[in-house]
Amino acid sequence: MGLKNTLHNLKEKYKGTKMAPAFNAIHTFLYLPNETTHNGTHIKAADDLKRTMNTVIMALVPCLIFGMFNAGYQHHLATGTIEAAEGFFSYSFWSIDNLVVGLWKVLPLIIVSYGVGLVIEFIFAVIKGHEVEEGYLVTGMLVPLIVPIDIPLWMLAVAVAFGVVIGKEVFGGTGMNILNPALTIRAFLFFAYPTWMSGDKVWVHGAVETAGTPDAISGETILGTLAQNQEVSHSIADMFFGFIPGSVGETSTLIILLGALFLIFTKIGSWRIMLSSVLGAIVMGLIFNLTVDSGWITESSKFYGLMSTVWWHHLIIGGFAFGVVFMATDPVTASQTNKGKWIYGFLIGFISILIRVFNPAYPEGVMLAILLMNVFAPTIDHYVVQGNVKKRMKRLKAKTA
Amino acid sequence: MSNDIKIKKGLEIKLKGVAELAKENAIISNFYSVRPEDFHSVIPKLTVKVGAKVKAGEPIFYDKSNEAVKFVSPVSGEIIDIPRGEKRRILAVKIQADKEQTYQDNGKFNVDTAKAEDVKAHLLASGCWPFIKQRPYDVIANPEKAPKAIFVSAYASAPLAADLDFTLQGKEAELQAAITALTKLTEGKVHVSVAKNGKSPLANVSGATIHKVSGPHPSGNVGTQINKIDPVNKGEVVWTVNAQDLVIIGELLLTGKFNAERVVALAGSSVKKPRYFVTKLGAEVASVIYDNGVDKNDNIRIISGNVLSGKQVQPDGFLDYYSNIITVIPEGNDYEFFGWNKPVFDKVSTSRALTFSWLSPNKKYDLTTNTNGEHRNFVTTGTYEEVFPLDIYPMQILKACLYEDLDEMEALGMYEVAPEDFALTEFVCVSKQPHQEIIRKGLDLMLKEIG
Repeated sequence: MGLKNTLHNLKEKYKGTKMAPAFNAIHTFLYLPNETTHNGTHIKAADDLKRTMNTVIMALVPCLIFGMFNAGYQHHLATGTIEAAEGFFSYSFWSIDNLVVGLWKVLPLIIVSYGVGLVIEFIFAVIKGHEVEEGYLVTGMLVPLIVPIDIPLWMLAVAVAFGVVIGKEVFGGTGMNILNPALTIRAFLFFAYPTWMSGDKVWVHGAVETAGTPDAISGETILGTLAQNQEVSHSIADMFFGFIPGSVGETSTLIILLGALFLIFTKIGSWRIMLSSVLGAIVMGLIFNLTVDSGWITESSKFYGLMSTVWWHHLIIGGFAFGVVFMATDPVTASQTNKGKWIYGFLIGFISILIRVFNPAYPEGVMLAILLMNVFAPTIDHYVVQGNVKKRMKRLKAKTA
Repeated sequence: MSNDIKIKKGLEIKLKGVAELAKENAIISNFYSVRPEDFHSVIPKLTVKVGAKVKAGEPIFYDKSNEAVKFVSPVSGEIIDIPRGEKRRILAVKIQADKEQTYQDNGKFNVDTAKAEDVKAHLLASGCWPFIKQRPYDVIANPEKAPKAIFVSAYASAPLAADLDFTLQGKEAELQAAITALTKLTEGKVHVSVAKNGKSPLANVSGATIHKVSGPHPSGNVGTQINKIDPVNKGEVVWTVNAQDLVIIGELLLTGKFNAERVVALAGSSVKKPRYFVTKLGAEVASVIYDNGVDKNDNIRIISGNVLSGKQVQPDGFLDYYSNIITVIPEGNDYEFFGWNKPVFDKVSTSRALTFSWLSPNKKYDLTTNTNGEHRNFVTTGTYEEVFPLDIYPMQILKACLYEDLDEMEALGMYEVAPEDFALTEFVCVSKQPHQEIIRKGLDLMLKEIG
């Protein structure tokens, strides 16, 4: 009687058993369930959480594909087998060779990220008897995009397990967590295995193995270079297009920008957070530029390199764009009120650049800035909501007075 | 005097099956039923027994906590059954109607010269009181507490809603009498809201402040209008009356008869010929839906009320006490292959996540009762605010209801809301949370704890 009926019968059979959530997760992946409304509204809008999450994944796919090409490109460029790309559609970037390297490096990351994460989600769903929630679909996609290309897979597996359990499930699953799970995973990696998460050896495939040999390749990010007060060899176009070393999916501001526009257009991502974050970063960048221009900070300062970076360059280097578009906008951990979103976003941008400049060990601030603001988001919301409460009290007082 | 209220936030859900502006007399229903569950938080105390004969307008039960509030039979006939549920809760009082209707005579009542006390006593005694509801809590008004204002919405903006301009036609005298009576009941104003581009028979009543409303649903919800005109503060009470019930009140005042007749819309995409019927409240749904309406074996959902806040009823169920519409839409109890990620053209959505209802704002949709997804925790933010015009944080107040923090519920504006105000946020909710139920439970909790 076809797949639909077979699955329906199986669902009825498993109903109420321990394995029901696990089965339903796969079933609802294939079919929109036959659930109907009971009381309340008898009709419902077309969107569900799966569709919402799926939209975010669609916005991430171009970053992923670009990341694969870039992984190979950076590797080949560093080993000297290809010429630097000229222009966005340069063949030396979009070549099969590059993609093959990228596929070999990035696909295992995705498989490990989804494999470990989803197994944990299923286990928790079965134990706690709730449905498998969709949150991890996005997290599992984000994680491979924000780690260095050569990260050992076991390390990733440990981090994902930590992030999903401690970052999310202990709070009660999707919708209840305080910190962004993907960033929790990255922060765990960063603090547990710092040598693998920063420095000049991890950002280009092959840099670790060849270290110390005559063929040694350098894989330093622009931020790393700047933090050491050295000249950056990459052009602005390279930075914007993303032909630079960095975490797998975070390099191409252009592709991220397209993803951002898609998220804003579909009304899934919050334009308020994205815009205000950019504003916050610009303000901080301008402040630093000003201190340099006024001569308060001179070249002898160890902060000079990053402080003197032209303010708008900050937006296209490092993980800022990626973090702002895909991480800061996570609705669960961001501010929930519209006014709160402006404040939350602005502070993320502001603090990102602040940390970026003043953190000598690890010159990328967006991760820590977002995690910090995740913690403060409920506080921001509290004060925004209090504004509404006060207005109501005032109305009452005006009446009784 | 007229004021404009313009609502910007909201959502117009355009559905197939709008009732044609043509009135028909429904097949006369043999059985009528008054269900205490229509009167939220009322504990009924019966005054009649099975087998008793009642006239139309004769009390059949009263509110245990407030004996003055009487509930009357919509027709004359014999009480044939009083089914009970758990803990002997009364489910309904079923009445078999007489062929010849007889009415209890309450006497003509001169509203213009009457005092407030007399009006109140007359409405209570004649069984018209249940038509007056109050905020906070969205329950039948407590006659002992004076309201600061009374609100009537003569504009129904809900999807497929009965056109009040049409159903109230020709009832000007009754409406005027009822409005005059209401003005006696409050020290404050009686606010009547009409559609800006309509010809409401209520637009010219005297004694009331007229407001002209425009904008998408929920602009016609009385809760939206209260929030814009004169929001409820702690300790204050406002009353609300449905426009169609004014007719019953008005006729009672003018003639002394409780005439439960009501113009009811039969609408929805499953109905062959959507149109209006003249029937009585409490009438059997079957007496309306089968005549050029639906087939017996259709896979359909029958709703007494509108698609957003109505109650599901069976074909042998009854029109509820407050509804002026019966909506019939297809059941959606079927699976849809990859329904969660394929592009959607035939469903309404406020997002553009491969949902294309934004492309054709004037298209009419044939929506089913499918939830389009499973129940989840609250995840997305900002979607409710787009369709929620009240000056209240919807997600925060829902969460406060869920964790039952009375102080917070109060501070966030619980006194101002009714479940129907959260119908649209429930409709757009990505997590498929039952907002109206959450709010109802929250209100019940407050009613119990604070009173």
